[in-house]
Amino acid sequence: MTGLITMDDLTNEQILSILDDAERLLPVARGEIYLPLLQGRILGNLFFEPSTRTRMSFETAMKRLGGDVVNLGDVKTSSVVKGETLFDTIQMVDGYTDIIAMRHPRQGAAQYAQDAARVPILNGGDGAGHHPTQTMLDLFTIKQAHGRLEGLKVVLAGDLRYGRTVHSLSHALIRFGCELIFASPDLLNMPDDIVSDLRAQGANVVETEDLYGSMVDADVVYMTRIQKERFADEDEYARCAGAYKLHARHLSDVKKDMIVMHPLPRVDEIDPSVDKTRHARYFEQAFNGVVARMALLCRLLGVTVPAKIEGGAL
Amino acid sequence: MSNEHSMRRVTAIRNGTVIDHIPSGQAMRVLEMLGIGGATAVPVSLVMNVPSKKMGSKDIIKVEDRELTQSELDRLALVAPEARVAIIRAYSVAEKLTINLGDEVINVVRCTFSNCITTNLREPQPHRLKVTQRDPLQLRCHYCGRPQNLSELAKNVL
Repeated sequence: MTGLITMDDLTNEQILSILDDAERLLPVARGEIYLPLLQGRILGNLFFEPSTRTRMSFETAMKRLGGDVVNLGDVKTSSVVKGETLFDTIQMVDGYTDIIAMRHPRQGAAQYAQDAARVPILNGGDGAGHHPTQTMLDLFTIKQAHGRLEGLKVVLAGDLRYGRTVHSLSHALIRFGCELIFASPDLLNMPDDIVSDLRAQGANVVETEDLYGSMVDADVVYMTRIQKERFADEDEYARCAGAYKLHARHLSDVKKDMIVMHPLPRVDEIDPSVDKTRHARYFEQAFNGVVARMALLCRLLGVTVPAKIEGGAL
Repeated sequence: MSNEHSMRRVTAIRNGTVIDHIPSGQAMRVLEMLGIGGATAVPVSLVMNVPSKKMGSKDIIKVEDRELTQSELDRLALVAPEARVAIIRAYSVAEKLTINLGDEVINVVRCTFSNCITTNLREPQPHRLKVTQRDPLQLRCHYCGRPQNLSELAKNVL
């Protein structure tokens, strides 16, 4: 294994093993135990487009494990603005670091970087393509809640066309035999080529515009943000966004252990009334970004997470 | 109607290239892919939808005074992988060229997806399309993973 570009780079066994590592690293992620497994290692954070959670959680993950981080900084002040190619940027950062986390507006940029690099690349999002480290933290959150990944019914809702998190997650979930329901306005449907791919792999996929009706027997409802700029006129946006706004009153008939997830940031698609319900998991999900990325950093750097983690409190 | 008869629909050429066994109706796409159009100075003959024992019907192209290069054969592989190519010199077949569509097409065309990293032509790594299915042909970009729009490939010839 070199880097993590898409979820296809991991077998199901590797996914489960990394999630087990993440579980054991929880006290380290919370800062309760100091475990410098990555001391002396440097992560290069290359974010060519804005990111809050992904960039910060990579940085936190590296530092919690005793490693260090160098950042590309603002693209506007880097060599990129002078016209430097991605190839040249990678050649440079490759020499400075032991591993690279990268986000880029162009699809395929992570694979391109991996082909140019000696060190592993962690794809933190490439255009509307893949976001596998988000998928790993999503899978961790689902497994934490349900104790398993196999055979769950998962509703993915909102902007499924441009939302790269739901693309990667769908591919991963069907490998565990999950049933997928894509609830989205027509304009923001899951891309046809992804639906075809999923079905070709034997996935049970249902497409609907009815979010609330599809939640009744779901184990997970994964909300995403509907962006105003995707719509030609404001009326259409208001109509669509209104049909995908989750309020606590919509949760009265759902399964007791159903969880509501969201990659954040949210705007109006989850009302704050949901936050205090037993179903809300999006803030834990955001925290899990640290622990999942800790486990991934260790795996890609060839560092074994101890079977038992104890002591060494700060 | 015999194969020989089909070939004689247009006159024999003295020097150049004959591309035979092109799938029926694909001749125009072959010309597009090879960059042979109205501005081409050499004579080009084309027959379409003629009977073929092997294929039922087929297209044939004859290009005079021009021998296809390896890079042109690589492009041809994307529209007519089963075609047969003969180099003609002094009215005789001097050479038979083999079209070889491997598992990957490297530096022949660039990805058709507008937001692929390879649309920045200053990026130096090779353009790579993987052959994911042969009949009918399906290609995916090695980098962005997008399935390729075959009807747009000719515009993306490198």
